[in-house]
Amino acid sequence: MDSLADIASLLNSTFRISTPLVFAAMAGLFAERSGVIDFGLEGKMLAAAFVAAVGAYFFGSPWIGLLLAILACVSLSMLHGFASVTHKGDQVVSCVAINILMIGLTTALAAAWFGQAGLTPTLTSEQRFLEITLPFADALQNVPIIGLVYSDIISGHYIFVYIAYLSVPIVFWIVFKTSFGLRLRAVGENPSAVDTAGINVFSMRYKALMVNGVLIAFAGAHLSTAVNANFFREMSAGRGYLALAALIFGKWHPKTALIACLLFGFTDALQIRLQGVELPMIGTIPVQLIQAIPYILTVVLLAGFVGKAIAPNAIGQPYIKER
Amino acid sequence: MVSPILELKDINKSFGHVHANKNINLQIHKGTIHGIIGENGAGKSTLMSIVFGLYQADSGTIKISGKEIKLKSPRDSILSGIGMVHQHFMLVENFSVLENIILGFEGELVFGKNLEKAKEDLKNLCDTYKLNIDLESTISDLSVGFRQRVEILKSLYRGAEILILDEPTGVLTPQEVDELFKILRSLKEEGKTIVLITHKLNEIMDLTSEVSVMRQGEMVGHKKTESTNKEDLAEMMVGRSVLLRINKSVTKPGNSVFSVRDLVVKDDLDVTRVKNVNLDIHEGEILGLAGVTGNGQTELLEALSGIRKIESGEIKLFNETISNKNNFFDPKRLKEKGLAHVPEDRQRMGLVTDFKAHENLIFGYHHQEPFSKSSILKEKEILSFSKKVMEEYDVRPRSPNLITSNFSGGNQQKIILSRELNENPKVLLVGQPTRGVDIGAIEFIHQRLIDMRDKGAAILLVSVELEEVLSLSDRIVVMFDGNIVGEKINKDVTDRELGLLMAGVA
Repeated sequence: MDSLADIASLLNSTFRISTPLVFAAMAGLFAERSGVIDFGLEGKMLAAAFVAAVGAYFFGSPWIGLLLAILACVSLSMLHGFASVTHKGDQVVSCVAINILMIGLTTALAAAWFGQAGLTPTLTSEQRFLEITLPFADALQNVPIIGLVYSDIISGHYIFVYIAYLSVPIVFWIVFKTSFGLRLRAVGENPSAVDTAGINVFSMRYKALMVNGVLIAFAGAHLSTAVNANFFREMSAGRGYLALAALIFGKWHPKTALIACLLFGFTDALQIRLQGVELPMIGTIPVQLIQAIPYILTVVLLAGFVGKAIAPNAIGQPYIKER
Repeated sequence: MVSPILELKDINKSFGHVHANKNINLQIHKGTIHGIIGENGAGKSTLMSIVFGLYQADSGTIKISGKEIKLKSPRDSILSGIGMVHQHFMLVENFSVLENIILGFEGELVFGKNLEKAKEDLKNLCDTYKLNIDLESTISDLSVGFRQRVEILKSLYRGAEILILDEPTGVLTPQEVDELFKILRSLKEEGKTIVLITHKLNEIMDLTSEVSVMRQGEMVGHKKTESTNKEDLAEMMVGRSVLLRINKSVTKPGNSVFSVRDLVVKDDLDVTRVKNVNLDIHEGEILGLAGVTGNGQTELLEALSGIRKIESGEIKLFNETISNKNNFFDPKRLKEKGLAHVPEDRQRMGLVTDFKAHENLIFGYHHQEPFSKSSILKEKEILSFSKKVMEEYDVRPRSPNLITSNFSGGNQQKIILSRELNENPKVLLVGQPTRGVDIGAIEFIHQRLIDMRDKGAAILLVSVELEEVLSLSDRIVVMFDGNIVGEKINKDVTDRELGLLMAGVA
C-alpha cells in the first residue's frame, strides 16, 4: 500500500503546486482573449504576494491582505491597459516594465519597512490562511479507496486550491455561455467587428483586464499567505511565465489550459518527490537535472507536441479606429 | 413634400492635413437605391463612416426623416435604423453566423430564451428575403458571397431601414453579383432605402435611381440615373473626359516564349493550390487569367515568378527550364533572362513602403549600372533616373525622396510598373495591376500594358476584375480550384460565360 500512498501524496502536491498556475492562466485567458498580451502575470503575481503578506501582517487578517492584493493587481492591470490600450503602446514592453518594476519595488519596500531586503515578517496562524479539512475527512480516513481519494487527495488544502479549480468551469461558462464572453472573444478576434456592432472596444478590454487583475491576485496571495507564511524575494519564481506557457499550450481554452497547468504542476511535484531517490538501474539522478524537468518539458511541448496554437487573431494589436 | 430619410448638410471631416470631406450635402429618399460614386480616395467611405457613427464629422448636421440627430458611435446609428455592409466584412471568422449577428445585441446576459427568439426572427428574415443562410455554420467556412449576406442579415436583424453597402461587388463573381442585386431589389420593394458606394459605373446604371458623384472630398453633382450615362459620370468623377474602352489593335501573337507543363504548387500550409496547370504565353499577346480570389492564382503567379518552389511539373522560359521539382531560378536570375513581375500585393511584395520612392524605383536592379558601381550606390544617377521615370509614368507627386507609403495606391502601382517595365522585359507577369487604383490611373496603366504587348512582350495578366481581363486580353483562361477550367479567345466570349467558368459550374 506504500506506493498507493505515494501516488496520493504526489497528486495532493500536484493540486497544490498547480494552484497559482491555474489562477494565472485564467487571468491571462481573460486578457489575451480580449486581444491584450499579458506577459506581466509574473510581476503581478509577485506584487500580489507582497501586498497580501504585508496587508495580512499589518491588519492581522489574511482576507484584508487578499483584498489589498486584488486592489494592487487591478491597478497594475489598469496601468497596462492605460499604456497599451488607451495609448496604444507596445503590449510586451508594458508587461516587461511591470515585471521588472515589481521585482525591484517589492524588494526595496520590504527593506524599507522591515529592514530585511526582500523579506516580510513571518505571519502568525491568525494572519494567514490555513489548510481546510473537509467534513468527514477524518472519519473516512481508513475507508479503502474513498479514504485515499477524499481524505488524502481532496481534503486538507488551502482555500485557494478549491477556489482555483472551481474558477475553471466558471471561466468556461462566462467565456462561452454569456454575452460578456461573446463580446470578449469577439474583441480579441476582430475588434472592428465589435466596434461596428456598437460596442466600445476599449471598455471591453479594460473590463477584461479588471477580471485579470482579480484572478492573478489570488495566485500571489496563495503563495505568501497560504503555502508560505511570508513574502520573500522573487517568490513567484517564473510561475507567471509558466502559466502563460500553459495558456498557449492550452490554446487559450480554460479546459485545456487547466490540463496544461496540472501537467506542469505534476512534473514539479514529481521532481520534488524524486530528489535523492535511488531509481533501479539508473541510480540517483542529480538534483539539478530533476529540477530542470518541468522546464525541459515546457520547451519540448511548446516546440513540437502541441500542434499549431492559434492565438486570438487580434492579439497584441492596439485598436486604431481612425486612419 | 416628404422630408428625405437621410439628409446631410455641410459635412466636413479632416484627417490631419487631408480634408477628406468638404461641405458635403446629400439627400437620400426613402425606398430608393441611391448610388455614391467616385474614385478611390474621393471621400465616399469616409462620408458613409460618418453616417454610420464610426467617425465624427468636424462640422455639419445629419437629419433622419427630418429630425436632426447626433451620431456618436455605431450604436447610435444602428438604433437610428442605419446599417452598413463594409468593404472588409466586419465578421468574426471563427464565430457562427448566429454569434456574429447577435454580437452587441444579445438582449440577455446569459444565453437562453432570447437566443431562441433571435433564431426564430432570423429564420423569418431569411425566408422573406430568400437569403438562404444556415445560422449554425462558421463564417470561415462560408464563401465571400454568403459572408456578405450574413452582413446584410445582421443589419436587417438590428432593424436597419437604411442599408449602406461599401463597394459590395469587388470580391464577387458575376453570378454572385446577380444574386446580390436581386436581394437589394427585393429590399427596395419592402420599402428599405439602399445607399450603394461604388466606383463601377455599370452597377450605378443597373441598379440605382439616383446618383451622387464625389471627387477629391467634394460632392460634385447629383443626377437622376435615367438622365445620365456612363461617360458623363466618369467625366464628373475624374474631372476630365476618360476613355472607357481601350484602343487596342489586333496583333498576331508569335512563338510561345513561356510555357508551363503539369504544374503542381502547394501553399505555406501544405495545401495543393495549383493542381495541374498547362499554359503557353506567346510573344506579343496578353494572356488574361480570370478567377475568383483564392483559386490558386496567387500561388501560380508566385511559382512562375520564382518565389515559390513547385511540387512537380516544369516551367520553361525561352526553352530553358527555369523551375522544376528540384530547383528553380530565383527572381534575380529570371530578371537577367528578361522576365519581370508586378506582384499582386504591391504593399507586401512590390514595395518597401517605409522606403523612399527612388529606392523602390531601383530595387532588383540596384546592383546594375548605372545605379551602382563596385557595390556602391550612385545616388546622383539614381535620382536623375527617378525623376525621369516619374515624369514618364506620371507619378504624383514627383518627389523621389518622398516615403513610398505617402503615395496613393495608384501612384505606388506606377512606381512598380516604371521599375519593371523600364528594362523592356520580354515576359511580364502582372498580378492585379489596378486593384485599388483610380480610374484615371487605370487608363494609363492599361495603355502601358498594351504598348508593351505591341512591342512584342509576352504578358500574363492575373486579375479578379473581369472587366479588366476582358478589355486587355487577347486570350483568356479561367482558373477554378487550382485548375484551368476554360480557355477562350477574347472576342468570342461574354462575361456571363466567364462567370460560369469562374464559379466552377460550366
